[in-house]
Amino acid sequence: MDFQWTEEHRMIRDMVKKFTDQEVRPLAAEIDKKKELPQALIRKGADNGLTGIAIPEAYGGSGFGEIGYCIMMEELSHGCASFAITIAAHQSIGCMPILLDGTEEQKQQFLVPMAQGEKLGAFALTEPGAGSDASALRTTAVEDGDAFVINGSKIWITNGGIADVVILYAANDPAKGPRGGITAFIVPTDTPGFSVGTIEEKMGIRGSNTAELIFEEMRIPRSQVLGKVGEGFKNAMATLDYGRLGLGAAAVGASKEMLRLSITHANERKQFGRPLADQQIIQFYLAEMAARIYAMESMVYRTAAMADRGERFSRESAMVKYLCTEWQDWIVDKAMQVHGGMGYMTHMPIERFYRDSRINRIFEGTNEIQRIVIARDVLKKGEY
Amino acid sequence: MNIIVCMKQVPDTAARIKIKGDGKGIETSGVSYVVNPYDEYAVEEALRLKEKAGGEVVVISLGPDRATEAIRTCLAMGADRGVHLKDPSFEDADPFVTAQLLAKALSGMDYDLILCGKQAVDDNACFVGPALAEGLGIPQATVITKLTLAEDAKSVTVEREVEGGREVLQLPLPALVTAQKGLNEPRYASLPGIMKAKKKEIKVMDAAAVGVSGDDVKQKIETVSLSPAPERTAGKIIPGEPSEAVKELVRLLKEEAKAL
Repeated sequence: MDFQWTEEHRMIRDMVKKFTDQEVRPLAAEIDKKKELPQALIRKGADNGLTGIAIPEAYGGSGFGEIGYCIMMEELSHGCASFAITIAAHQSIGCMPILLDGTEEQKQQFLVPMAQGEKLGAFALTEPGAGSDASALRTTAVEDGDAFVINGSKIWITNGGIADVVILYAANDPAKGPRGGITAFIVPTDTPGFSVGTIEEKMGIRGSNTAELIFEEMRIPRSQVLGKVGEGFKNAMATLDYGRLGLGAAAVGASKEMLRLSITHANERKQFGRPLADQQIIQFYLAEMAARIYAMESMVYRTAAMADRGERFSRESAMVKYLCTEWQDWIVDKAMQVHGGMGYMTHMPIERFYRDSRINRIFEGTNEIQRIVIARDVLKKGEY
Repeated sequence: MNIIVCMKQVPDTAARIKIKGDGKGIETSGVSYVVNPYDEYAVEEALRLKEKAGGEVVVISLGPDRATEAIRTCLAMGADRGVHLKDPSFEDADPFVTAQLLAKALSGMDYDLILCGKQAVDDNACFVGPALAEGLGIPQATVITKLTLAEDAKSVTVEREVEGGREVLQLPLPALVTAQKGLNEPRYASLPGIMKAKKKEIKVMDAAAVGVSGDDVKQKIETVSLSPAPERTAGKIIPGEPSEAVKELVRLLKEEAKAL
């Protein structure tokens, strides 16, 4: 076992940290307030490779795999969750389905411009009646000659209103359900019949775009079926393994930022004639934040290494997503407690991190679903 | 157009610096290192010239093993190859020795322009660039904020900051210039750039390869002692109505701070 960062890992971290410090963090409060990301920021991120770090060089990315991706997500999450999640939804669940199951032609046509950041991606699975029960899709895909005609709608789709390419999951055979009845499609958002519905108002990650998508008699040629007809659900689940791992990395970055700010505050703020950091109870908070971060970081990169070696990591990414996002919420809560009244005020970033954190226990599979995934695995094996 | 950029790896400007027990150096454990910020302007300018006029950008650095990472960062920005002057006998090189070693190493190389940062932010000596130009016997201009290559690529026109104004100089090539903030906005070492940099060459030159020994690398400057800057004392808050507070502020500035 070798738990050393390599030179390239350090270079990735330094680069993204610098980008976050100079380009992202200074805008974060305004992004939250205006509920919108500046187009120029997304452009600049794309120009510097943020949109394709994990994608192989042959398909327009940098080829740093999941370890590189997790380092990037971690550093971006020090600055602005809205921006980090936009990049994550694009790459980790927008590009990944094509990388996993796309044909060479599909990869050249769609994945290359996505990885290079010319086109933004999104992943559309959730429906009003299909949340945790993701297989209960009511969006239908009916074969008609050399195309599929798609009708239905999706909700709460991250990047939905700003994406150029959406990976869409629809029921080609509702009776069969997840086993043979769901197909994945690559859908350019300028396809006739595609439209964007409600853009949601949210508690946190307010600068990220969350949209309803509507499909009316939308014809998608057979050449844009992703993988085999009927095997879309497998593609969605395999994609979410990557998405969940990335959310763990984002939790590590946000948590480290909370600890950093809490330490600064504890050293500077004086009560009872001495810094807060002299109070044992504050020290205990900081210590527990640090210890949890160490465990979170360890599981994220161990799992990222599994992914990069090509091993199965579904159970592990469920564990990462579950524990890291629960602990992130615990850590932002403690950070607010250390900051007291100051943390509750909007001129400090703590309350924004507090609001931004909460979604992580819900999206890309609720933490209840994660525990179902983990339990199924251990019950099947009969041991760890 | 062959351009050489001299780069130094320095402690991160945000790092907390502690002085070593012997009072003559700094604690290096736990300190992260970066490309000297002024050298980033030099790299950026070199890349822009190359994009316009073609040729090659070579980054040269003197430093221990860890300096490879800073060279690699410059390669990720877009430089073509690196040269790393590395030898146990170079470890205590002062600015004078560094300039001499660089001059030796560069004398066998083909260059039209050498770019340096105006100073390294660790020792602030502002010494290596000018001394290197002297060692090579080529013209120099320091602290430049603008550089224009002549149409015939035989000279450069530079602007430099001088007290109360601006000076414009023309230098025949080969020449050496040192970069000041404002010269350009350095690009990031992009993620695809980091991947490409892995395949670029970094040539290591030890004392034998540079062609130096013994007295050549002996320090000419001795550090007598280092001491930390005095800690900043807490600021003073003047309470009360603004009109009254301003009066008090003026009084304090006159009588206590003696700034007025």
